[in-house]
Amino acid sequence: MVERRPVMTVVQHLVLILGAALFVFPIYLAFVASTHTGVEVSRGLPLFPGDQLVTNYGTVLSDGIASAGAPPLGLMLFNSTVMSLAIAIGKIAISLLSAFAIVYFRFPFRILAFWTIFITLMLPVEVRILPTYEVVAGLGMLNSYAGLSIPLIASATATFLFRQFFMTVPDELTDAARIDGAGPLKFFRDILVPLSRTNLAALFVILFLYGWNQYLWPLLVTTDESYYTIVMGIQRMANVGEQQPVWNLVMATAILALLPPVVVILSMQRLFVRGLIEVEK
Amino acid sequence: MRTKTVTFRHLWLPYLLLAPQLLITAVFFLWPASQAIYYSVLQEDPFGLTTQFVGLENFRRLLADPLYLESFLTTVVFSVLVAGLSMGIALVLAIMADRVIRTALLYRTLLIWPYAVAPAVAGVLWFFLFNPTVGVAAYALDALGHDWNHYVDGTDAMALIVIAAAWRQVSYNFLFFLAGLQAMPRSLTEAAAIDGAGPLKRFLTIQLPLLSPTVFFLMVVNIVYAFFETFGIVHATTAGGPGNDTVILVYKVWRDAFEGLNLGSSAAQSVILIVIVVALTAIQFRTLERRVEY
Repeated sequence: MVERRPVMTVVQHLVLILGAALFVFPIYLAFVASTHTGVEVSRGLPLFPGDQLVTNYGTVLSDGIASAGAPPLGLMLFNSTVMSLAIAIGKIAISLLSAFAIVYFRFPFRILAFWTIFITLMLPVEVRILPTYEVVAGLGMLNSYAGLSIPLIASATATFLFRQFFMTVPDELTDAARIDGAGPLKFFRDILVPLSRTNLAALFVILFLYGWNQYLWPLLVTTDESYYTIVMGIQRMANVGEQQPVWNLVMATAILALLPPVVVILSMQRLFVRGLIEVEK
Repeated sequence: MRTKTVTFRHLWLPYLLLAPQLLITAVFFLWPASQAIYYSVLQEDPFGLTTQFVGLENFRRLLADPLYLESFLTTVVFSVLVAGLSMGIALVLAIMADRVIRTALLYRTLLIWPYAVAPAVAGVLWFFLFNPTVGVAAYALDALGHDWNHYVDGTDAMALIVIAAAWRQVSYNFLFFLAGLQAMPRSLTEAAAIDGAGPLKRFLTIQLPLLSPTVFFLMVVNIVYAFFETFGIVHATTAGGPGNDTVILVYKVWRDAFEGLNLGSSAAQSVILIVIVVALTAIQFRTLERRVEY
């Protein structure tokens, strides 16, 4: 702080507390709704949690919301986990390899390869919905974990991030490794990858989030309910046309859908902030 | 492009290393994108039996279609509101958090987690709060004299998706504003304080100008977010309604392809979106270059 202004300090804390409250408020109410019976919620939301927590969460986890045609949440949570892990690990793996090739080798078409990867930045799923769907359908990958994850694992940002990092690795290390008789793969495995550990972890947090929060893609490639992910499945329960959704169960679903990524962010806050700012650089 | 001075020599290894990335890029990115361009100049007969080359007819029809132009306008209004609202709130919070050094980290923890909430889930949360029959926010607005109903009122529906989209994005903007503010040399504001400049004057004449690259960068990022990443919010809550009042461009591409089954038109819309992304990415990279110069 530059100078002492007690009034300003109080105002600051008030604004910040108000801001934080604004953020927590919707989640708190969702949690409250998820601990009451449907009748209680529709009569007007109570301000404090009720006693239906175990019943409601038990119901959605094992049975789902039958009237909305959604599968049990346990299965959807599992699908989301598989999909986000596959996307995060896949993206990191293929990006590490391609960044290594681009930085540590000189070969014909290197620049072309770089620009090809770069172009993916400009082609998000949202702009090529139908033809991508057709490709996946043609390959027989609809309703499969491969279809949910593989088409999303090309990554320009991750490749650039690793390229940037590799450029800062001192050449002396490469020289020393070569003098000691290490080939490129040994150098990659024993020196480069261990050095990239922090970047790797930071990126993992960001990419896990990215995978977990996918919506349009699972909507396109899954018609079989047993492959629904939770973020995409919640729509089947909330958007029931003219009827009123079963709010207490929908909110229990919402809480379960947001809990894993929120826990990841909060427990790895430092890595997350670092990753976010690095990725955008 | 810069390279290492020390490199390995190998005839085929680099190609092998690049193969997975390039293969996925070619199959799932380049090929579909070229298909979109190809379909955009074709027209199918109503039964999907024959196609014929129609040149730019699909684009001409699209740009003459009041529904498409309306959707364009909706998207622009939506993006400007989301970017403005989320950046405004984030900036105020970041300035406040920047001044309270000791507890800044605590507030950061409290403020960043909405970013982890998927857009669709954020949409459903606010959908519940604003539900005309059970929602707390709708009830409060009723008490204030506004009869909120996003099922019939287009403005209310737009407000709902703007709030849901902005709520989540404030966290992201807050992090970048806070990082920007904390990277500024304290000596500047201290010198100004000694010269008698109050907090508001210091902010307007020192911090805001120094923050302008961050502001510009975030503006582009937020507009990209509002254009392309908010499909889930619309699809999971208003489904474009009431009428077509919340049909943003990405939602329209999806609906025309999968529900309207209008291949040519949907492909032409995809091509227009690609042009928009390319333009936004180019702007983003230019700002990055400028940011380095600072």
